[in-house]
Amino acid sequence: MEQLQNAIAESKSHPSTRTTRPIVTGASVLAIKYKDGVMVMSDTLASYGSMARYKSVQRICKVNETTLIGASGEYSDFQYLKDLVEELTDEEFDEDDGASMSPKEIHSYLSRVMYNRRSKIDPLYNFVCVAGFKEGKSYLGALDYFGSTFEEDVFTSGYGMYIALPLIRKDWSADMDEKSAVALLEKCMTVLFYRDCRTINKYNIAKVTASGVEISKPYSLKTEWSYKRFQNPHIIE
Amino acid sequence: MDAYQKSRGGFTFDLCNRNKLLVEEKKLSVPKAFKTGTTIVGIVYKGGVVLGADTRATEGPIVCDKNCEKIHKISEKIWCCGAGTAADTENIELHRLSTGKEPRSYLTIPAPLLRYQGYVSAALVLGGVDTEGGHIYTVWPHGSTDRLPYATMGSGSLAAMAIFEANYKDDMDEKEAINLVDSAIQAGIWNDLGSGGNVDIMVIDKKTGPRMMRNYKKLNERTFHAPGLYKFPKGTTGIDNYIL
Repeated sequence: MEQLQNAIAESKSHPSTRTTRPIVTGASVLAIKYKDGVMVMSDTLASYGSMARYKSVQRICKVNETTLIGASGEYSDFQYLKDLVEELTDEEFDEDDGASMSPKEIHSYLSRVMYNRRSKIDPLYNFVCVAGFKEGKSYLGALDYFGSTFEEDVFTSGYGMYIALPLIRKDWSADMDEKSAVALLEKCMTVLFYRDCRTINKYNIAKVTASGVEISKPYSLKTEWSYKRFQNPHIIE
Repeated sequence: MDAYQKSRGGFTFDLCNRNKLLVEEKKLSVPKAFKTGTTIVGIVYKGGVVLGADTRATEGPIVCDKNCEKIHKISEKIWCCGAGTAADTENIELHRLSTGKEPRSYLTIPAPLLRYQGYVSAALVLGGVDTEGGHIYTVWPHGSTDRLPYATMGSGSLAAMAIFEANYKDDMDEKEAINLVDSAIQAGIWNDLGSGGNVDIMVIDKKTGPRMMRNYKKLNERTFHAPGLYKFPKGTTGIDNYIL
């Protein structure tokens, strides 16, 4: 009897610590391979349910000279992933033997982390892309909160899967130059801004190429609201 | 009885009680409704409106009709595309037939839907031309409507809407409008699993009236066909014996 009472008391002091639902979330991340490397774009919003709570959040981050990661979903889990990856790069720095992790290795590591968490029914609620360019080859890997991993030419998450992916599939080609790649991603993010409620018109665009990782400062895109039938639905013509 | 049926617009709910009892007491499962996972679109252009639809009808995960017609006639210059239960959207035509009147306005369509509180699972893109020009409306199963320059409905609506948002402009000519509708339906066909088959297009021009382009694009033609009739020349089968 005493044992049972102790067990109950203990379970009360150890509440459930698994993720039941995402609280602060990021919307879509888009990434495409192009001629010189990989380009990644996302908006800078972390939503608190339907509230646009944190409007200057960077959801794409540099891992090392050859890799960057971007994530949608629970923002705190993304911060945890960033910490894990930083541990890896710190270790690498300490070893100081000239070896550097490739994007594929980082993708593999994170895929093990995600899958193990899923197997404990305590997932990291993210949809991650790992983008890299090493030794002349682009790498773009996808991870989800079930622990599935894919390696693809294009990556979209969240509503981007339904809205941006059809647009990307139409216009993407492996040898796109930088200008077309930027134009394609910007077109997709504009449409996402029109149709996904949990977005704002403020974006980061990043690229990883032979010359390393570059993440832009936040910027906005032009939007079109002046169609005749938006201004006056009862127009007669 | 006839007049009563007429006023109900072709839908009867007599068997609802029986179905409820069958499910509750006899534990029988309701037969799956034959739905159209769909991409349907409508767009206003300079000369009128263009409607488009895919041609796949699904029963759960199975394609039961590869080339069904989703663009239905309401009146000469008012047509509608239907997503949702195929039988329900086809019955919108019955509405025209049962009321015996030419609908002058889009408002006559959502009225019965509102009455059935969403049980008639029809999501429509209504397009037409009248004295005030070309109009596109969306009608939702519960009876609400939107009036828009371009609209998409169905499971493939996000893919199609992405194409519209990226490429729509005011005052397009007929060719541009048809190409845009075709791209939008194709985005649904290739990217949405509930849509597929061919592209149907309906152009309703202010001056020349409706022009149906059934199977405007045939995108999923069968590669191999059975060789066809076998013709055996006389004498192929040897004759052993005659029995007279």
